[in-house]
Amino acid sequence: MYDDGFQALKDINLTFEEGKINVLIGPSGCGKTTTMKLLNRLTDYTEGQIMIDGKDIKQINPIILRRQMGYVIQNIGLFPHMTIYDNVATVPKLLKWDKQKIRSKVDNLLRMVNLDPEVYRDRYPAELSGGQQQRIGVIRALAAEPSTILMDEPFSALDPISREQLQEELVRLQKEINKTIVFVTHDMDEAIKIADQIIIMKSGHVVQKGSPEEILANPADDFVREFIGEERLGSALPSVEKLMSKDFKAIQLSSSLEDALQLMAEYQTNALPVVDQQSKYIGMIDLFSILKQRDKKIEEILTYQKSIPDTAKGELLLNQYESDQKSMIPVVSDQDEVIGIVKSEKLLEALHRFYQLKRGGK
Amino acid sequence: MGFLQELSQYMVENSSLLLELTIQHILMVGYGIALALVIGIPLGIIAARYEWLAPFIISLTNILQLVPSLAMLAILMLYFGLGFETMVIGLFLYSLMPIVRNTYVGIREVDASIMEAGKGSGMTPLQLLAKVQLPLSIPFLLAGLRVASVIAIAVACIGPYIGAEGLGKEIISGISLQSDVKIYAGAIPATLLAIVADFALGLLEKKAKKRMALA
Repeated sequence: MYDDGFQALKDINLTFEEGKINVLIGPSGCGKTTTMKLLNRLTDYTEGQIMIDGKDIKQINPIILRRQMGYVIQNIGLFPHMTIYDNVATVPKLLKWDKQKIRSKVDNLLRMVNLDPEVYRDRYPAELSGGQQQRIGVIRALAAEPSTILMDEPFSALDPISREQLQEELVRLQKEINKTIVFVTHDMDEAIKIADQIIIMKSGHVVQKGSPEEILANPADDFVREFIGEERLGSALPSVEKLMSKDFKAIQLSSSLEDALQLMAEYQTNALPVVDQQSKYIGMIDLFSILKQRDKKIEEILTYQKSIPDTAKGELLLNQYESDQKSMIPVVSDQDEVIGIVKSEKLLEALHRFYQLKRGGK
Repeated sequence: MGFLQELSQYMVENSSLLLELTIQHILMVGYGIALALVIGIPLGIIAARYEWLAPFIISLTNILQLVPSLAMLAILMLYFGLGFETMVIGLFLYSLMPIVRNTYVGIREVDASIMEAGKGSGMTPLQLLAKVQLPLSIPFLLAGLRVASVIAIAVACIGPYIGAEGLGKEIISGISLQSDVKIYAGAIPATLLAIVADFALGLLEKKAKKRMALA
């Protein structure tokens, strides 16, 4: 509550999902940024309790608290007088890490966002493009290995192309780092693209929370419906997990082509994923190439086709289908084991339903 | 042609004296400005940090600057007597305003998002000052230093009136002896000093700005 009696936030009871991207979204003035800044105590609160990793943050010195939490701001806010290295090393230096440790950490992080440390380490922020600067902003927040990262509309100041790239990078990065991310935005497309959990706020209240699919499928009230926008309602393609079929068999690399043909006949399919002894995905083999060169071995005729992680969203699947034009896309676990396949028929079905919903949604 | 020859002849013949006076001139200005930096930067920081104090601090240094130089030196002489030290104190008071004000402005001008990033990273107020605000205000400080040096070099020329030496000695004795050669022999090195200081500090300022991408 503010001194003038204005209560910015009312009865907020929220749990952010650990290791997930939690997106706070709402019109301006809804309290989303305030809610986020409560977490690192850039805004202080009068009532209530905030627990992080099982500890009440009121009991932690704000300076210590902030060093344990990554923070990415809207206007990037790199220190213009420091090199990229010094910028990224900000918090590790505050924490007095060993020099060697800081150096290898910074180089690793730079590589993680595809910036060559040899080239960029000693540059100044002004020598980088906007998109590159915000990549540095993001890895600066990651440098001290915080468990939680706060992001305040981090991509809103970027041009649309860099914004999209960074959104994709964030999703990819999150797969590697598994941090609890609290992400504030006012852009619904962005939220749908990156969120595991979306929290919609309006004048200090939480109106609805849930996965993007849940919210798109069942908006809680007219406000949410309007905020999402009619054209987006029902626009979420089912996730890869929902579209994937487990009714398949992968073939061992060491098997013969005869075995492969037999399996294809058995499962009424014209392609099979090929795996090695650890059942890791290697590539695909299809009926036509077998028929053309029956005297060869599997490893000679298999083709590499991009697989898709089971946690990916339907949109990614569609993109991959578009670029590869294959009748079957292999789905892999995070251990790279083939756990299912998505057939193009299934994808067409989903698309069909999606357009029906869209037409009927008005 | 005759005058220039006479002047150069005089300057060559008296080169060791002129050099000594120039060094004294530089020393007076140097001490005065060093003192102004030592006192002025903290004053600027205090003004930026405690906003309510800023009007007092800034106006005080402003008033110091507005007292005519001869009057100021005369008043100082009443309390500190004749000599080099009194001149240094005078130059210190004169240089205070540009340094305090530019430190203050430099700190206040640091971009709000940069401050938020520093604060959000867990910097203490002191670390924020040392690692972010002060370094970023250096170009402003250099601009202040440049103004202060040019003023101080000029004011130092009236040093002989309160018993300090320096290039003013040649100029003032030139006035009383009605010798234009002596006046020029003092004025030319003094002007050169001001030009060199202005140019060198301007270059530094530009470089600092460029490095911080403020230009």
